[in-house]
Amino acid sequence: MDIHEYQAKKILSDFGVKIPTGGIVYSPENAENKAREIGGSKWVVKAQVHSGARGKAGGIIICNSPLEVADATDKLLGKKLITNQTGPEGKIINRIYIEEATDIKHELYLGLVFDRSSESIMVVASTEGGMSVEEISKEKPETIIRSKIEVAVGIQQFQAREIAFGLGIESKLISRAANTIIGCYKAFSELDATMVEVNPLVVSHQDEILALDCKMSFDNNAMFRRDEIAELRDKTQENSNEVYASDRGMNYVSLDGNIGNIINGAGLAMASMDMIKLAGGEPANFLDVGGGATPEKIVKAFKLISMDTKVEVILVNIFAGINRCDWVAEGIVQALSKIEIKHPLVIRLAGTNVEKGNEILKKSNINYIEASTLEDAANKAVKALG
Amino acid sequence: MSIIIHKNTKILVQGFTGKIGSFHAEEMIKYGSNVVGGVTPGKGGMTHLNLPVFNTVKEAVDQTGASTSILFVPPAFAADSAMEAADAGIKTCVAITDGIPSHDMVKIKRYMRRYPKDKKMGLVGPNCAGIISPGKSMLGIMPGHIYKEGKIGIVSRSGTLGYEAAQQLKDLEIGVSTSVGIGGDPINGSSFRDIIEKFENDDETIAVLMIGEIGGPQEVEAGKFAKENMSKPVIAYIAGLTAPKGRVMGHAGAIVSAYGESAIEKVELLKECGVTISKNPSVMGETVKKVLVENNLN
Repeated sequence: MDIHEYQAKKILSDFGVKIPTGGIVYSPENAENKAREIGGSKWVVKAQVHSGARGKAGGIIICNSPLEVADATDKLLGKKLITNQTGPEGKIINRIYIEEATDIKHELYLGLVFDRSSESIMVVASTEGGMSVEEISKEKPETIIRSKIEVAVGIQQFQAREIAFGLGIESKLISRAANTIIGCYKAFSELDATMVEVNPLVVSHQDEILALDCKMSFDNNAMFRRDEIAELRDKTQENSNEVYASDRGMNYVSLDGNIGNIINGAGLAMASMDMIKLAGGEPANFLDVGGGATPEKIVKAFKLISMDTKVEVILVNIFAGINRCDWVAEGIVQALSKIEIKHPLVIRLAGTNVEKGNEILKKSNINYIEASTLEDAANKAVKALG
Repeated sequence: MSIIIHKNTKILVQGFTGKIGSFHAEEMIKYGSNVVGGVTPGKGGMTHLNLPVFNTVKEAVDQTGASTSILFVPPAFAADSAMEAADAGIKTCVAITDGIPSHDMVKIKRYMRRYPKDKKMGLVGPNCAGIISPGKSMLGIMPGHIYKEGKIGIVSRSGTLGYEAAQQLKDLEIGVSTSVGIGGDPINGSSFRDIIEKFENDDETIAVLMIGEIGGPQEVEAGKFAKENMSKPVIAYIAGLTAPKGRVMGHAGAIVSAYGESAIEKVELLKECGVTISKNPSVMGETVKKVLVENNLN
């Protein structure tokens, strides 16, 4: 789960990370007042959307008066920001963060992630702040510092110091920088985060170490014990069909193609998408209805797929294991009696009682194309596009 | 032989009396697995499915001599149960539970480091289908009847894709020595490398089918291990060719976040390691057959 920049800043500042003074606003009038309240002579107006690269997309505006702050806010609020990470549909701007401008001396990069190889928490830092970590690893890989943290004892002062010295930070600021790194680590480890990124982390001309932009992501599996984090979810930043699906316990990812998929199991779902592509088609979605594929789940899945206006053909691919193809077939028949599907429908059943399952489908009055293998199903789905 | 579980392996069910635990325990017993009892804290002394229920894993191990456990405990309590199994001397624990927080997985793995190698529990999963040695024992939630007894080792992240492979092999009259589901989570108990090493050392297994997907370094690590240490052929399929970067595809671990983690990159890196690639999921069985013929193993 992702959260907004201003939410991540609030969390990190609770862990001792210094951030520029700022506040969240929802209207131009609000913004003007906030700018006066913050004081100073230069402000940054920042669109709060779940995406990086907001600056290049025009989502961050530097202003020299409270009136300019109001104008900039007016310009951004309610618009969709299209960045290189949001896709062409962009993300709606409903919240604006107003911040005092910072007098930047150096821009650094600081990130924390799980390292899947060593199964520890990894701190990644670089002197090349402001670029994405992908760009840094391509263009300036020699600047990257990596430090593995032993989770049982947590980050040690010396490790944080080593990173800070590695970033070339002046001696008098080392302990401030180390505390910033330790704060980020604590936030990561105590709140079930999966990613903390401060980019840039800046050294100001006033010798402050400040988190100028931050991102945090959290483990969805840990939300049962993180109410305070779960509350920060902003559904307006997610695809509406994906929200519908996740609220009903389905794993769904919206894609650009026109062949809708209903599949059980994440691996089989990915494999089916691959087969569609190899057959010359494009999947409209990833959908895993779960190993069980009960009739209730199949009804929900058909509803979800028919909400997607891109879909022109629906492919159902169920490998019945513990459940049986005849039950799955009955579920499909039941589902289609409750919901009308206008698109061509390709169904492939496999596994336990496959003959019985196919017989039930044949005897029903549903209009569908039967497929035998994964490949056959994908080919027939692409052919059905016409 | 097979790997990890054999005909007489004594099995405990953790989360035995719950709905899911009961259902799959019954399926395992029907298959012929030697389930000797279960653990549900607070229900010790009861009899369930004609088997004893214990309060603690230690007690269960003492009284039954079980060496292996399967875990159906809900996500919030699963890490605790896995560590309890490790401490009670269980040799292999298969965690079926889906939804264990990553921070908990890191904690479990760190906890298990306290044991010397010969006493350290092997954890398989979580979020997996479990293990089956066809005709011998089933320690998982898979449909046992789709697996034919034989000589191919299967190791898969995905459950259903593993079933797909077993069915394709069966249709070609090729059997399986053991099939291991290692699960779809980013941090898991046993890696592809851990399992293919066991297959290399198993007399019965003649070739290994590895079914991976996008995300993480494990498939490529296994490929490198195979290149340097394996005499048996390895065949692989990697799912997620069409998966967009940076999105989680159902499995929490199925996300491309670094170089070498996309399906195309993994396929290229595995080819360099001498692994034969099944070009699509429909021909996993055929590709295995072809490799067996080429190596005069059929």
